[in-house]
Amino acid sequence: MSSVREEGKDRIIFVTKEDHASPSSAELVEEDPNDPYEERGLILPSGEINWNCPCLGGMASGPCGTEFKDAFSCFHYSKEEVKGSDCLENFRAMQECMQRYPELYPQEDEKEQQQQQSSETKPTSQDSAETSENGWWRWLLSFYKTPASLWPTAP
Amino acid sequence: MLKCRTVWRTLAPLARTSSTVCRQNARRAGLNNGRLPACVPAAHMSTAPAGGGRENQLYVLLVGATCVGGAIYAYRTVKGDSQRYQDRIDEISSRPLKTFTEEPATPTQSEPPAAPSPAEPSPPAPDAEILAPIETADLPSVWIASTADEPAVEASPQEAAEPAAALIVEEEPPAAEPAEARPGVVAEADEPVIEASPEEAAEPPVVEPEPSPPSEPTPAELTEPVADSESPAAESAAAAKPAEPQLEAVTESGDASPASHKVSSHTPYLLIGGGTASFAAARSIRARDPGARVLIVTDELVPPYMRPPLSKELWFSDDPSVTETLRFKQWNGKERSIYFQPPSFYINAEELGSAENGGVAVLTGKKVVHMDVRGNKIKLDDDTEISYDKCLIATGGVPRNLQVIERAGEEVMKRTTLFRKVEDFKSLDKVSRNVKSITIIGGGFLGSELACALGRRSTESDLEVIQMYPEKGNMGKVLPEYLSNWTTEKVKKEGVKIISEALVKSVVSKDDKLEIQLKDGRLVKTDHIVAAVGLEPNVDLAKSAGLEVDSDFGGFRVNAELQARSNIWVAGDAACFYDIRLGRRRVEHHDHAVVSGRLAGENMTGANKPYWHQSMFWSDLGPDVGYEAIGIVDSSLPTVGVFAKATAKDTPKAATEESGTGIRSESETEHTASSPVASSAPSPTGVQHKDEYGKGVIFYLRDKVVVGIILWNVFNRMPIARKIIKDGEEHADLNEVAKLFNIHDD
Repeated sequence: MSSVREEGKDRIIFVTKEDHASPSSAELVEEDPNDPYEERGLILPSGEINWNCPCLGGMASGPCGTEFKDAFSCFHYSKEEVKGSDCLENFRAMQECMQRYPELYPQEDEKEQQQQQSSETKPTSQDSAETSENGWWRWLLSFYKTPASLWPTAP
Repeated sequence: MLKCRTVWRTLAPLARTSSTVCRQNARRAGLNNGRLPACVPAAHMSTAPAGGGRENQLYVLLVGATCVGGAIYAYRTVKGDSQRYQDRIDEISSRPLKTFTEEPATPTQSEPPAAPSPAEPSPPAPDAEILAPIETADLPSVWIASTADEPAVEASPQEAAEPAAALIVEEEPPAAEPAEARPGVVAEADEPVIEASPEEAAEPPVVEPEPSPPSEPTPAELTEPVADSESPAAESAAAAKPAEPQLEAVTESGDASPASHKVSSHTPYLLIGGGTASFAAARSIRARDPGARVLIVTDELVPPYMRPPLSKELWFSDDPSVTETLRFKQWNGKERSIYFQPPSFYINAEELGSAENGGVAVLTGKKVVHMDVRGNKIKLDDDTEISYDKCLIATGGVPRNLQVIERAGEEVMKRTTLFRKVEDFKSLDKVSRNVKSITIIGGGFLGSELACALGRRSTESDLEVIQMYPEKGNMGKVLPEYLSNWTTEKVKKEGVKIISEALVKSVVSKDDKLEIQLKDGRLVKTDHIVAAVGLEPNVDLAKSAGLEVDSDFGGFRVNAELQARSNIWVAGDAACFYDIRLGRRRVEHHDHAVVSGRLAGENMTGANKPYWHQSMFWSDLGPDVGYEAIGIVDSSLPTVGVFAKATAKDTPKAATEESGTGIRSESETEHTASSPVASSAPSPTGVQHKDEYGKGVIFYLRDKVVVGIILWNVFNRMPIARKIIKDGEEHADLNEVAKLFNIHDD
């Protein structure tokens, strides 16, 4: 059973798990999906990409922002069977740009692979490009596989 | 017409009689020798002239012509009056911009007026007179309009020629509509300005993906059409602009500006201040305006960084070189720097103008000392002037100091730290390794966090850490009393000596130690003082910019969209803004700086959104006490707290491990959709029975509406809290609302 205590203007309630087992009767206002003020997730209600989504981090705003936007836009609107297969050029350009700023765009998959491999053999640039590209593919696809409800959005 | 008639009626008899008399006299004199002119009057009675009609006709013609001419003149004068009034007003309003451009304007001015006058047909003569003033009044404003364009070397020389041509063309058609001519002329003059440069948009909100170097949406104001597409200068400034005051810093065009003495530069987006809000705005602008050029001006010597680790994570680092690297290991093991981005992210300020895809440049070590809102430019402490299209003021604040310390003299000030910046962290770290006793004055967020951090250190060395404040317990102004007391006990367990209800009376330096005298007589001896007594928002620019400062909360007063004036926004600690849900406030938290900076950036690129997404804040007081909060969390408000018993799983450490991020606010904003880190919650070591307030939710009420919520040792539930505050509803039973949080679950 819940217990209540008053300390001046402050009220303190202690509840057990059972007390909170029943569903809440509190009413919340219904969300308006088209509210213009709300923070949006990655994809806006209109279907466009929200480049200012916090989930993108600094990807769209950095030195390679333009290349990233081109690649991702192409991917987003791609109607090929293998989504984005017509965007390889854009991704290559993005990859090239990102390799110029290794500090900003650490290739995490590459790092893991390097650690696994012996420290002497350096992966060739082609290897690293492929690995990173795969990493990018996976990262982008993850946005699409994940149901929209799980994307980082405001409630 | 009627006038004519009446005039004719009065004049006609006179004309007739005079003509009759004349003839009579003439006849009498010359022709008659005694014959009486008996028949004369009868013959000339009617208005229609008979025999002597020719003369009558002449008089009719003469008088008629005079009447008509007079009438036309009167008509034109009356019509032109409103015109002249408009000219005068426009002339007055365009005066402030006339500073540089009077001279170049006048030589060219003489041409167009000269041109139309011979071109115009002579009738109606009055027209030319009226039109000439219109032109001369027009020209200055049009010239100013195009010369006021900041990035000087626009395609403006061509444009300037065009408006002149337009003017001349306009004047040709008979000024039957002089009233129209003026606005028509200016509009036309504006069109060439706008149309000539294909990259310019007439409407501010339009964001254009520009293939060529960036152009900004321009507000289509008559007096200040700020064109800005930075086409590489080099246009030979025609006679039109010998006195070009603004030059592209990058494009060193040889068109020097004799009229102004300094070489000034221009940036489309200027961010004053190099902190969290500024960086968030820069990121937002770059995301929304492709190829945007953003210039951040900061008086700090380092690029933008985040502040929370300075009083938390950096102190818990095992790395001895942490003061150099400024890297910290987050609870989940991931390491990162306090800097938002490494230096390679930014481009040099000199290269900003020519960078193909734009970028963010940071000008460090420069202070903005003067802001000219009318001229859209600022002045730095080294006398450089920078003009802008849109400006963000994110100057943050300076730590407050106690008056008693300020008055206490050099010796005391030398041993006092006002904690805010990276260098303060570095110096305090050094001090903490070299002294025996540190006293922290202040019981709020910063004071308590530093006390806990130093207290942790005190277990390794024999450092004495004292914390004193006027309230009864830690976070006394934020937490309800029972929770504040509980927190104080936790802080004591971290190794801190707490002196509560302490008001400092004086501080003196004696025998190389500091003696703090309290009002109730207690004496505290210590080696070093850290004053954490609040933040004074930096509104130095308010005076020169003419911006309003809020008297209740301090800071620049801005509206719900964070705008102070057109083209000027304020974000972060320095912004006193209107929160649609919670009213006017000023917030000094990290997440608010991010949210408001991001919003300001969006609004600077035309979003026009108000502050709506409520920011949150958090605090950790050691590994056992952590909370997240949102909204107005003021201990003077009535509160309702709903608590459960805590298990070992409910700690800040476990929370961050689970979400895979280090900084708490990041866990809800920047968490990407990648697979979450597997939760590695340690096995529960048993429920703590003594802990009454292990975990729970505390609601802060104002007029029965929830305006603030603290999630006490309950994590990753912030979206629900945000929703409740956004709704702003009156809930009858807050226990039911608390159920939404599932505080018993993980």
